[in-house]
Amino acid sequence: MDNWEKVERVYSCVHLPIVRCHKGGSNIERRTSLQASMEYREGMEVISSDLLERVLALRDSYRPGEFTGADVERALARERLSVMDFGALLSVAAAPFLEQMAVRAQRERGRFFGNGVGLYTPLYIANYCENGCTYCGFSCRNRIRRGKLSPEEMEREMCSIAGTGLREILILTGESRKVSGPAYIGDAVRLARRFFTTIGLETYPVNVDEYRWFQECGADFVSVYQETYDVGCYERVHPEGAKRCFPYRFYAQERALLGGMRGVAFGVLLGLGEWREDAFAAGAHAFLVQRKFPRGEISFSFPRLRPFKQGTRDNRQLATDNGEDCFGNEGAGSFAGGVGERELLQAILAFRVFMPFAGIAISTRERAGFRDRVVGLAATKMSAGVKVGVGGHGIGAKGDEQFAISDPRSVEEIRAMIGEGGLQCVFRDYIRV
Amino acid sequence: MEKEGHSLSTVGGQHDIAGQWPIADPLVLGGKAFGSRFILGSGKFSLKDTAAVIENAGVEMVTLALRRANEGGEENILDFMPEGLTLLPNTSGARNAQEAVRIARLARELGCGDFVKVEVIHDSKYLMPDNHETVKATEALAGEGFVVLPYFYPDLIAARELARAGAAAVMPLGSPIGSNKGLLTKYFIEMLIEEIELPVIVDAGIGCPSQACEAMEIGVAAVMANTAIATAGDVALMARAFRLAVEAGRAAYLAGLGRVMERHGVASSPLTGFLSRDN
Repeated sequence: MDNWEKVERVYSCVHLPIVRCHKGGSNIERRTSLQASMEYREGMEVISSDLLERVLALRDSYRPGEFTGADVERALARERLSVMDFGALLSVAAAPFLEQMAVRAQRERGRFFGNGVGLYTPLYIANYCENGCTYCGFSCRNRIRRGKLSPEEMEREMCSIAGTGLREILILTGESRKVSGPAYIGDAVRLARRFFTTIGLETYPVNVDEYRWFQECGADFVSVYQETYDVGCYERVHPEGAKRCFPYRFYAQERALLGGMRGVAFGVLLGLGEWREDAFAAGAHAFLVQRKFPRGEISFSFPRLRPFKQGTRDNRQLATDNGEDCFGNEGAGSFAGGVGERELLQAILAFRVFMPFAGIAISTRERAGFRDRVVGLAATKMSAGVKVGVGGHGIGAKGDEQFAISDPRSVEEIRAMIGEGGLQCVFRDYIRV
Repeated sequence: MEKEGHSLSTVGGQHDIAGQWPIADPLVLGGKAFGSRFILGSGKFSLKDTAAVIENAGVEMVTLALRRANEGGEENILDFMPEGLTLLPNTSGARNAQEAVRIARLARELGCGDFVKVEVIHDSKYLMPDNHETVKATEALAGEGFVVLPYFYPDLIAARELARAGAAAVMPLGSPIGSNKGLLTKYFIEMLIEEIELPVIVDAGIGCPSQACEAMEIGVAAVMANTAIATAGDVALMARAFRLAVEAGRAAYLAGLGRVMERHGVASSPLTGFLSRDN
């Protein structure tokens, strides 16, 4: 505990020095031999911030196997949790406390969000990608059908989505600046303003002035998932493309807020790296960004690795063969990275208790029965009527899907479920002025 | 301008608990008299419960977040508001005075009337209000004829500025929004009651009926609550409990609290009884 307490003490200071790691093979040490993923490329803006060092140092200091049940109980007894209390809730020792965590999470959710559930849907406008991410269906290495919506097709898609009653949309692209450049995305946002009150973006990271321009076009929320905060793992799974640059992606939320965005979302792809450490790092990252930008609205999403089409291979097999995860780590069990529903729920509950004011979206990667329960306990938003390929709402599909979804229910079906659960759908919770 | 007058008239009436509320004791805001001193927040519970909650709460004024109003879209909260109710649209979502002013104007255009609760918040964690921007928005909106009820942190200097800017009442927080912590700022709210010649309406943090009652006992003009009701097991019943608590607290305030509530005890025999008139 000494190291954690030390980190926590240092952490609580206003000016936080970099906390040096205590264990061998840490992120910080590894970074010296992993320069490739830490180097900015031409055109990538460098902002003044030290959060990367601080977050990675915290991650290095976090030992999820060394907490005790008493640590978990102490964390749950606190009104406001420290970062290391959050770590306790993510720890191995917290697994038997899931029920207590759920009770606390449900109470916090009610206090901050009442019984409202925000509904939205993603709209994939392009799936061209210049990155070779080993876990993703859109990887440039995959031979999939690529597509890009024209303005007319976008309008038909948006019109069709708006017809279901939804007023919030999340616009997504693959990560190709060449094919789906900032101008193309900005035009999509401007079009979306005609149909939706809340517009979020999940695209490749951009510079501050580009985020500012997206904001002026009508987008107010940006989601960028770091995928993993394990720099070594990050470098292995991002062998090529702009996404390989770890710090440029890491600082995307800060650039978005500097560009005037109202809120930013954080997340990791659970199962890529050690999930407890990655979840801890994502929480610490968001905590520090919120402290630096108190006006910024924070939200989280918790995708797990899902199967996708990759020529003749299926990444689920990679994840489950011989009980190893896709990187050869033993003991992964039958889920990618060892993240089963219990583990996923533990992570979601830990975030809710740690940051009761933050939005949490629950992915369609999860089955309906899981989503339906989590939305009342901890999550505040859920997608409905989801298509994860390009097109498919108002026009036929133009491109293959990014991953397999487990909850294909329509807006009407989700709406009925929410009402039956004593919750209410919130279609609009935003006013742009 | 309202200052509590302790006018125990037996004439007229506001709504009553058991048919016996013997005093005329309206809350006057922007020239409009309200019989109820309980203001309900409409967020955080199902729209279908709105009518029952309003009825049980006995409220005449309900706040609503304009950003939730789905004009022309799905379930519009405005459709769930009973006739005769005064709407108090709030400017939630505004991060500065300029945005608050624009939201208030939109509310008026939507037919929500001239009342507006100014909320300017750019702290996503504790949702603490920005007093400085709130004063600016209050001044601008009062100048446009709005009846402005600003939500703010109970700072005496800011309250004076709000009064100068034309606020119809001041709405200090009892504790942070949704915290259900009660009157953490009680001492400072008492300063406002003493010093500000406007109704003081406690707006946030009231977690249970006893806290609402406590606020009314010290002399606030009204209490607003939402989370405490929305998160109750039976929202309609809790709304009724709040109504009773607010009325009890108001009655206690008007009656004048007994001496046992003073900070120091009062001896039953005079401490100076030993003095002789002859010496």
